[in-house]
Amino acid sequence: MVKADRIVKRYGTKTVLDGVSVAVEPGRLTSFIGPNGAGKSTLLSIMTRLVPADGGQVWLDGRELGRWDSRELARRISVLRQFNHVPLRLTVRELVAFGRFPHSQGRLTKADEAAVNRALAAMELWDIQHKLLDQLSGGQRQRAFIAMVVAQETDYVFLDEPLNNVDMRHAVQVMKLLRRLVDEEGRAVVVVMHDINLAVHYSDHVVALKEGGVVYDGPARDVMEPATLKDVFDIDVAVGEIQSCRVCVYFADGLGARANGRARDAVDVVVR
Amino acid sequence: MRAEPAVAAAPSRPVVRPLVGLALGAAALMALFLVINAAGMWGYVLPRRAVRVAAMALAGLTIGASTVIFQSITANRILTPGLMGLDRLYVLIQSAATYFLGAAHPWVSDLRTNFFLCAGVMALFAVALQRLFLSGRQTNIYVLLLVGVVAGTLFDSLASFLVVLIDPNEFLIIQSRMFASFNRISVGLLWPAAAAVLAVLAWLAPSFRYLDVLALGRDHAVSLGVNYYRVVRQLLIAVFLLVAVSTALVGPITFLGLIVANVAYELLDTYRRVPLMAAASLGGVIALVGGQLILEHLLVFSVPLPVLINFAGGVLFMYLLFKERSAW
Repeated sequence: MVKADRIVKRYGTKTVLDGVSVAVEPGRLTSFIGPNGAGKSTLLSIMTRLVPADGGQVWLDGRELGRWDSRELARRISVLRQFNHVPLRLTVRELVAFGRFPHSQGRLTKADEAAVNRALAAMELWDIQHKLLDQLSGGQRQRAFIAMVVAQETDYVFLDEPLNNVDMRHAVQVMKLLRRLVDEEGRAVVVVMHDINLAVHYSDHVVALKEGGVVYDGPARDVMEPATLKDVFDIDVAVGEIQSCRVCVYFADGLGARANGRARDAVDVVVR
Repeated sequence: MRAEPAVAAAPSRPVVRPLVGLALGAAALMALFLVINAAGMWGYVLPRRAVRVAAMALAGLTIGASTVIFQSITANRILTPGLMGLDRLYVLIQSAATYFLGAAHPWVSDLRTNFFLCAGVMALFAVALQRLFLSGRQTNIYVLLLVGVVAGTLFDSLASFLVVLIDPNEFLIIQSRMFASFNRISVGLLWPAAAAVLAVLAWLAPSFRYLDVLALGRDHAVSLGVNYYRVVRQLLIAVFLLVAVSTALVGPITFLGLIVANVAYELLDTYRRVPLMAAASLGGVIALVGGQLILEHLLVFSVPLPVLINFAGGVLFMYLLFKERSAW
């Protein structure tokens, strides 16, 4: 279990995280949601030792993150941040192979190659594995980076907006893959997401942050309430069900307002 | 998961051939440098030229390797260790020593003492810079770089100021040291310098495997299990030491690094840092020995070596930039 305990982070005088405690458990897909500037990415970075906290600790299996050996930690926790630019002439396969560095320190074994192959195939990158990164579209590149993290084969996978630049089809594919990492391999996956509908549908657990504090921490399905979402995002949201899939609509002003005006509970979105 | 479907073979990315070509080129130039216009006076010519060609090889190797390491740490291909102001510190040491002690003082006139003085002060500066700006939990190399740039400008101004004050006759004596030159290498310096460079490279060798990962940038390197703070610190100190030794030996010459490193990136179609380091080092040797050959035999010493190399290198660099513009 990765546990963030009363994390405080300040940038100058601005407090970005104000005593946030969150636990991430294996076998669960957790989403961090919340408005811009809520501290989601900062929390993710602190939980993965990319950014030091100003207060509080992060624990992995009862040992503080800073007390782990760097290499050992990289075999337990992997992380992909939001903006990934690599100023190198790398092919997709070479990038994904970097994910094996914590295991083999740069000399790929047969097992490493197999892991790379699996990650490439899972992200549907097999056919373009020998293309250079700078020849790819934004979405393909994003999937290549995700594949690198997948190839790292860690118990805990942290992804900051993995669906950036990724089209609908591949967004679903990425989420399904993450789901599989959780369901079949019992790993813990943590994503920062903006698409509430995808987040709720594919996650087990949702943590909603707002202004540096946790406003919701519970089962994914229960976050889909107009009142809760309004609390998090300060926007009127209509929630309904399409083919037993809970979805919210936040972009049609009238719809949202009506929903809120009529009752606190969900509006049924009528679908034939 | 599903079986691996057939896929087009990996494109061939030649690495060995350009490296062999560079090595042969460097060897040929060094041999040519040794024997050209010897006029049969082998006993006189060979030992002297051997020392100078060895110094060039050492400087070329040092500059190529240190620049590629530095660019891996900074995940950037246009920064050079020259940015850290060591070149300018060297010029400042020379002018300060001349001004305060006089050109006849052994610290200035004796090449050997002067070498150790310069190398020592530069190494101290580098360590101090690291201690002050690369400690604690935040490892921001860009702060360190910025301080280096500012310090370099300060050294530059101070040196210019001192040069104005120095007696013109004394200045003439040290003037040649303001440019890199291979005309005043002594055997006595070559061995300690070579030993220092080899010792630093040997100390670094276990960390070479981190270079590829570091070049991905800090976040990826940390995520992939590199003890970022410790590794970057070690590599930076090593880069500083390499630059300090080569500058103390032959004068300010880090400008060469940018050119040879980028030529290496273009010639070798790989991201792997160790072959790139080798290519940049060989490129450095070729540039220095080739430049010196042209200087001595075609231009008859009418310009300093840096002018020649900067001109030729700059043109080559522009050509590569335009050719590869889309890849940036």
